[in-house]
Amino acid sequence: MTTLAQDHGASNPGRRGLRHRVWRVAAAVTHPLDPADYLDMFRPLRPGADLRARVVAVRPETEDAVTVVLRPGGAWRSHRPGQYVRLGLDVDGVRLWRSYSLTSVPGAADGLLTITAKAVPDGVVSAHLAQELRPGQLVHLDQAVGDFVLPDPAPRKVLFVTGGSGITPVMGMLRAGLDRLVDVVLVHSDAHTGDVIFGAELRSLAADGRLRLVERHTDDSGRLDMAALSSLVPDLAEREAWACGPAGLLDALEKQWADLGRLDQLHTERFRTALAEPGDGGTVRFTGAGVVLELDGSTPILDAGERAGVLMPSGCRMGICFSCVLPLREGSVRDLRSGDVTTAAPGDGVLIQTCVSAAAGACDIDL
Amino acid sequence: MTVLQKKTHNPIAHLAPEDIEEIGRRLDAIRADIIASRGASDAAYIRKVISVQRKLELSSRAVLLFSLFPPAWLVGTAGLSVAKILENMEIGHNVMHGQWDWMRDPKIHSKSYEWDHASPAEFWKHSHNELHHTYTNVIGRDNDLGYGIMRVNEDQRWVPAYLVQPVYNLLNALVFEYGIAAYDLELGKYLKRRNDRKDTAAFRRDGQKVLKKIRRQMTKDYVVHPLLSGPSFLPTLGANAVANLVRNLWTHSVIMCGHFPEGVETFTRSSIEGETRGEWYLRQMLGSANISGSKALHLMTGNLSHQIEHHLFPDLPSNRYAEIAPRVRDLMDRYELRYVTGPLHHQVASAWKQVITLSLPNGAWASAKNDPVGVAGKGVAAASRYGASAASRLLRSATATTALAVTGVTARWSRGQRQRR
Repeated sequence: MTTLAQDHGASNPGRRGLRHRVWRVAAAVTHPLDPADYLDMFRPLRPGADLRARVVAVRPETEDAVTVVLRPGGAWRSHRPGQYVRLGLDVDGVRLWRSYSLTSVPGAADGLLTITAKAVPDGVVSAHLAQELRPGQLVHLDQAVGDFVLPDPAPRKVLFVTGGSGITPVMGMLRAGLDRLVDVVLVHSDAHTGDVIFGAELRSLAADGRLRLVERHTDDSGRLDMAALSSLVPDLAEREAWACGPAGLLDALEKQWADLGRLDQLHTERFRTALAEPGDGGTVRFTGAGVVLELDGSTPILDAGERAGVLMPSGCRMGICFSCVLPLREGSVRDLRSGDVTTAAPGDGVLIQTCVSAAAGACDIDL
Repeated sequence: MTVLQKKTHNPIAHLAPEDIEEIGRRLDAIRADIIASRGASDAAYIRKVISVQRKLELSSRAVLLFSLFPPAWLVGTAGLSVAKILENMEIGHNVMHGQWDWMRDPKIHSKSYEWDHASPAEFWKHSHNELHHTYTNVIGRDNDLGYGIMRVNEDQRWVPAYLVQPVYNLLNALVFEYGIAAYDLELGKYLKRRNDRKDTAAFRRDGQKVLKKIRRQMTKDYVVHPLLSGPSFLPTLGANAVANLVRNLWTHSVIMCGHFPEGVETFTRSSIEGETRGEWYLRQMLGSANISGSKALHLMTGNLSHQIEHHLFPDLPSNRYAEIAPRVRDLMDRYELRYVTGPLHHQVASAWKQVITLSLPNGAWASAKNDPVGVAGKGVAAASRYGASAASRLLRSATATTALAVTGVTARWSRGQRQRR
């Protein structure tokens, strides 16, 4: 429910009290719906509404990346360069949430946000962004989060190591704060020149002497290893580093910095926590109940949970009444009727019918 | 209706177990087709219905602000009635069934949706989704059969109280949403065995929730909106009452058509032990009846006009029932099963006929046609016998209660006396 506590416009306590009373009367008028449900029909971007954004433009960035320009609703509370937002998109009727780094400058005069998404093989959401999303459409949004940000004041010597779309949070930092950075080296790894997101902008910054850009193209010179990095950046040991890219690259960097005893000087950003490949069965954790079970791939989670003494909501036990639905916080389950696998990451808000779902990998059930 | 297992002509006797499983497989295939093609256009449909319903309700209520002016009263009342029906049937009922849960939109989800109705979603989902949809038409398990107050099946034992069930049914229709609230709360069950303390505590807690919901519903319809109408206070109050009445009558009629009309089968408790998925499907098909009609009728019934399809697949989006109806009918024809359907007026009349004929003992309706005077005489005799025994029971219990009360008062009085000394 939307409450006036979230409304920043009402700073005067007397006014807030009055608005609170007005809202209560409105709630009596619209019961059992919330007044917001009606207001959303006409002013979905008003302050106090659940956070949404309107698509202003969708433009190609490279062959397989698009930039989406958004006008956030009144409830938007700015961000720090390097942070990301979760975007909720209705893809073929289903609300899917994905995280994207912000590349726009906080508090820009036009008030717009930009994110850039690279096509993921079989990625329904990135395909939706590139092909279905149109200016004027509404998307759901969360406030910006993440601690992949530069401190204030920033260190004198900075190293950015990025791979592929890992450039996006760093681009956000460069656009917003290059002026207060004295000595910047950016090592970027990508398949080939044409693939580099913001390639032209980065090269132009380098040409102006604002940063030192080292591009590595894996098509020509293979994957960036630590020996190569050390020779590319001789003063590596003097630099505080921020890295974002494929898990392999980040793992290697973490190992290198740990060996140097400087792990506190390395900041990494991983786009998605590693999800186990959905398999048969797995460890099911009932978070609130504090119960952990090893389950096979054919037993309904409801049956197994009850057998282990977990107090679970239940109903028809055949997948029709939806009384047993619980949030799958993280992990994968298989629908025993269709064999379809549903996978969730924290914050996705995926609900599953426990009576017809079995574990398909590790999962975390919110109960 | 007689339970299927006792019928002289059993309508499923010609089916081998393999046939029943084959029917199950074909129905599973229909379900899989719909789930595979469920997508953006279905999501757009329900969002459109919700948007139209809300705009209709808003505008009707706006018109009712001037309901002192008779044309405004008429237009506003009609609009509000339609909006309330749409909200309960095509939106509330179906959302709470989980038909739209796949969209993962928390506003259109069975876990969070609360409807414009006296019964809180939580209780309705239990009695409707779990009990009625699982035990459809099983005598003794499915309380929707006669709602626990009526005899709609020859195998329910007749007692003289059923003589007045046509009156009950009419009264229930007038206040249907409260009837459902009482039914979802299992008020009747509670009244029958109120000695169990644990039950009492749970019942009180649930009862508080229902009363709270009813209070908020009534405040909205009969206090807040009339007050907002200022000088049109009374006409607006009347408009809300009429809209609720229209919705009660309409939903009661539609719901009676789902399982009461002639031709619908019922089942014994023992017949569902070890029931396979195929057999469950079969019971749903034979235990439900459709209403034929226009697209508007289907929309206004929340697609419960496709009751057979809804009972087979209660969690498929309602907008797809019309599309699968021909396939289901074809399957039933192929296996020589009766697909019960008819226009609304016909089905309502058929359901009412059941309620009226079964208010009499089995066979009495038919003999009444031949010998009305004799049956009436017997009826009067039976009723007076029943009346006499009921009266003596009442007297006995009244005597007992009075005696208890007197003892209690005396005891308290004497305690008081002692304290005073």
